[in-house]
Amino acid sequence: MPRIIKYVFYDILRTRFILLYTMFLLLSTIAMFQLDTDSSKVILSLMNVVLMVVPLVSVVFTTIHFYNSYEFIELMLAQPVNRPVIFLGEYFAVALSLCFAFTAGVGIPMVMYGAGMQGFTLLYSGLMLTLVFVSLAFLSSVLTRDKAKAIGVALLFWFYFSLIYDGLLMWIIYSFSDYPLEKATLVLVSLNPIDLARILMLLQLDISALMGYTGAFYKDFFGSSLGVIFSTSVLTIWILLPVVIALQIFKRKDL
Amino acid sequence: MLLHSYGFAQSSRWVVQPNGKIPSIKQAIALAEAGDTILVKPGIYREGNILIDKSLVLIGENKPIIDAAFKHEVITVRARHVNISGFKIINSSVASMHDPAGIGAEEADFLIVRKNEFYGTFFGIHISNSHHITVADNTLKALMRSDHETGNGIHLWQCSNAVIKNNFIHGHRDGIYFEFVTNSVIDGNVSEGNLRYGLHFMFSNDDDYTNNIFKDNGAGVAVMYTKNVKMVNNRFEKNWGPSAYGLLLKDIRDSFVENNLFDQNTIGIYMEGTSRTSFKNNVFSKNGWAIKLQASCDDNIFSENNFQSNTFDMVTNGTMVLNTISHNYWDKYQGYDLNRDGIGDIPFRPVNLYAMIVERIPTAVLLWRSFLVFLLDRAERIMPAVTPENLKDDFPRMKPYDFNL
Repeated sequence: MPRIIKYVFYDILRTRFILLYTMFLLLSTIAMFQLDTDSSKVILSLMNVVLMVVPLVSVVFTTIHFYNSYEFIELMLAQPVNRPVIFLGEYFAVALSLCFAFTAGVGIPMVMYGAGMQGFTLLYSGLMLTLVFVSLAFLSSVLTRDKAKAIGVALLFWFYFSLIYDGLLMWIIYSFSDYPLEKATLVLVSLNPIDLARILMLLQLDISALMGYTGAFYKDFFGSSLGVIFSTSVLTIWILLPVVIALQIFKRKDL
Repeated sequence: MLLHSYGFAQSSRWVVQPNGKIPSIKQAIALAEAGDTILVKPGIYREGNILIDKSLVLIGENKPIIDAAFKHEVITVRARHVNISGFKIINSSVASMHDPAGIGAEEADFLIVRKNEFYGTFFGIHISNSHHITVADNTLKALMRSDHETGNGIHLWQCSNAVIKNNFIHGHRDGIYFEFVTNSVIDGNVSEGNLRYGLHFMFSNDDDYTNNIFKDNGAGVAVMYTKNVKMVNNRFEKNWGPSAYGLLLKDIRDSFVENNLFDQNTIGIYMEGTSRTSFKNNVFSKNGWAIKLQASCDDNIFSENNFQSNTFDMVTNGTMVLNTISHNYWDKYQGYDLNRDGIGDIPFRPVNLYAMIVERIPTAVLLWRSFLVFLLDRAERIMPAVTPENLKDDFPRMKPYDFNL
């Protein structure tokens, strides 16, 4: 598997997209730090990047990459290598390169300018979201043979999690506004990785306002070690579940 | 007349010492005459309730401890011109009928309470019907029991010309409580970690409170049913919770809120029925809501304030706007300044749609900063439908004021 990861990794580097992505993140982060002296305001702007751009790039890049390496996969399948190894090799290569790009692009300026706990949370949620959306993109790629269709499905995932789900959530909150919803919303928020990442950031940036509604409930929950374990494991499920399903489909798939 | 003043100058001095000639404070009080001084040497004095019924000066040397063993009010003052300084006053009883205190004073004009430490008292200092009093440099710490078992730190009822200065109050119900107190000054105090309000202020006209720090209190500071109050140079910090306010203003008029810092409160200022009050040169930073302005407020002026890193700058519950908002700095302002006079060319509307939604449905705060909310806010800014059209700052500053608070 390491050799497959290595080949795929070189292949990804050759397309230069990853380098461009890294440069984009690096330059925009540095520019934000240069323009604004208040580091929490920079984190705020970066948060929009993390919640919107990172999932989008991850999902689109992964899908396109998967279809571009279709011939490579077919070639590898002709060799005595079993399917999970090829599939996971592809997955790790893509996930690692995107994570690397994100860490370098956002992490380095943060270390340079110093961003503390807020920056760390942002980095953590960015990496988790990258992995989640790479997984989702792999799932959408194995669901269909048509590249355009797969990109469509992948974009739909992105669209659903960043917009449609919040619309539904808002409708629920609106309809049940007379009831205590703290615990229910906690569950609902966990069903969307982007929302979960956003709440983790809200706890850093808007804690005063959040205290107004939930009292100390959210702060106590996410601030405790139980909360950290909870959010990490929920995000991990969001990473693992699509990959496992995709792997099952890929194993039986007629390529 | 001559004889009288001679006698007064001859005021004597009594020394109380655990193993000395006068071993108890009560005994010294009984022996002393009005105008005398009682010097108390270090030691622990457990004498039940100590009643001071004549004009005396009580001075503690190296903080002698007066302990009421949770059974009595520690010191009761029923005379004018009493001075109590340098004691450690501990363990008063707890009772909600007659409010026992560390020092309980009634009709004690010209009372001075200085440099004392209070620990484990129900009320710290409870003064009523007294005028020209001074409470300074004291430290008051309560035992942090539940709400009904904890009294107020410095409690004044029906007083005037009081000076409350440089005290530290922690863990009481209300840090400083003023009811019917006029022409008084609260200056340089630190009131933190109290169960309810850091400062609770009612029916008290013509008072100034300046240079105080109110921090981590259950509900912040409340100023209610009053007029002519100057609130200057105070810090309101970290008052967190569903009903915690940096400053709660209710039915108050002709007052000044200037040069204050409101930092990390759930609500910076909540105002209701407030009229003709000026809010100037304040800094609002990192609050959940910097200002909640209810529609019952009128003729207030908000000018030259800094609004920085607040989740929501302003929210209101009506569409009528009877207040003036101008020349503030808003970090969320996205306008431009073509003529370079430091004032933005297009007005700023501090109330955004989502703040109004959250006002109605508090749960909705969970969706704050999502893409959906971003789109909603943009649409609302282009075509205002819910947010009050006239609530705006026509002269928003491009750069923050340098207040150095």
